[in-house]
Amino acid sequence: MAKHVVGPAGEIPPGGRKIVEIAGRSVGIFNLAGEFFALRNRCPHQGAALCTGQLGGLVTAAAPGHYDLSRPGEMLRCPWHGWEFDVRTGQSWVDPQNVRVKRYPTELVKGPYLAESYRVSVEEELLVVEIS
Amino acid sequence: MNALVDCDIHNALTADALHRHLPQRWRTYHREYGRRMTPGDFYPKATPSAARTDAWPPGGGPPGSDLAFLRRQLLDAWPIEMGVLNPLLSIRNQYRDFDAAMASAANLCQIAEWLDPEPRLRASLVVPYENPSLAAEEIRRQRDERRFVQVLIPSRTSEPLGEPKYWPIYAAAVETGRPIGVHFGGWSGGHPISGAGWPAYYLEYHTGMCQTFSAHLISLVCHGVFEEFRDLKVVFIEGGLAWIPPLLWRLDRAWKKLKSENPRLTRAPSEYVREHLWMTTQPVEEPPEPGQFHRMLDDLAMPGHLLFATDYPHWDFDHPDHSLPATLAPELTRNIRRENARALYGGG
Repeated sequence: MAKHVVGPAGEIPPGGRKIVEIAGRSVGIFNLAGEFFALRNRCPHQGAALCTGQLGGLVTAAAPGHYDLSRPGEMLRCPWHGWEFDVRTGQSWVDPQNVRVKRYPTELVKGPYLAESYRVSVEEELLVVEIS
Repeated sequence: MNALVDCDIHNALTADALHRHLPQRWRTYHREYGRRMTPGDFYPKATPSAARTDAWPPGGGPPGSDLAFLRRQLLDAWPIEMGVLNPLLSIRNQYRDFDAAMASAANLCQIAEWLDPEPRLRASLVVPYENPSLAAEEIRRQRDERRFVQVLIPSRTSEPLGEPKYWPIYAAAVETGRPIGVHFGGWSGGHPISGAGWPAYYLEYHTGMCQTFSAHLISLVCHGVFEEFRDLKVVFIEGGLAWIPPLLWRLDRAWKKLKSENPRLTRAPSEYVREHLWMTTQPVEEPPEPGQFHRMLDDLAMPGHLLFATDYPHWDFDHPDHSLPATLAPELTRNIRRENARALYGGG
């Protein structure tokens, strides 16, 4: 388990994302209305760069002819085969119990941060991803 | 991973690209009159242009239209030593001479803009398949261009492919030593993909792909096409595999009882099929247990006739390293990924 600072939180606006390399892994970080979620940028199906896919809502149907669109921007569709994943949990829509993309914990910490590669102001919040 | 052959790559031949190889008369005609519309026969696909969403070339143009980007995203991304282009430009019966000119332009375009600059590529011949005599002329016109390794017919033809109407295409293909590649798609001229009527959902339509292939396979067998053309090779591209064994069981069983109907068939249907049919893998069936996949291949009993394909740049693309079960025998995997295609299409 190691924590990695990936940059100032303000770099990723709500609805936005950033793809970073952490410890040899490509990781996508998403901002859902101020909450940050980190997912491995690799689809468990055939290995596409999942985190570059389109974000959309969840469509459910309780009965024929009924459609509910909820959680806008929280479902991630793989750019290859369109498998959908819940950004909050990494669970797939197709098989939530068995097919999921690795999710990494995130947290925000206050600066200053001493690593040379990040030039950030003292007051800025830093986004940290924990890689297990 | 070892070298592989991709038997289904879609290069998009845009109107601009075709116009570079089309005589002035037909450029003008194409601009003024266009191509026939196809109302009601196509479905909105899962994604724009049915493509992987990462397959749009950064420089513009539709997926598959930019050779440099296709190299980067496909040919260089895996050790693909040979790839077969299948442009899905269905040239159907519109205006006879225009059809012939468009097919010729498509093939000239493929030579100049795809095959010449990229030695790893081979291509399928585009032909006006609903005008078989014209199609045969185009096949013979390109007799000596051996980088055209097969003749392409979409699966949504206006009649089942065993019909004698199509036989001039088979004669020219055999004469020039090329297989017939039947690829999913095209425009049927009005009949639905399903034998039971029009599907409502794209999932219905996509799953129904294999229905067109099974109808063609039955038709090819019943019409005695493989008796008439002993050297004909047919490749089903994007038609799936798993439906074939039970279809052969049904055909063989019924043939024994109905032999008198068509005395031309002197052998069991499955014998013709196992001799004359090849299949690409994508979109390969993905049963829950690898053992089910093994049993399916055992039932099919055509290990030398399976050809790996990605279907790049389409959304149902198969990854070269993740689409076949890792539990297959290494020799079989190697044959599917490379050797079978080299044997069928040649290495030259």
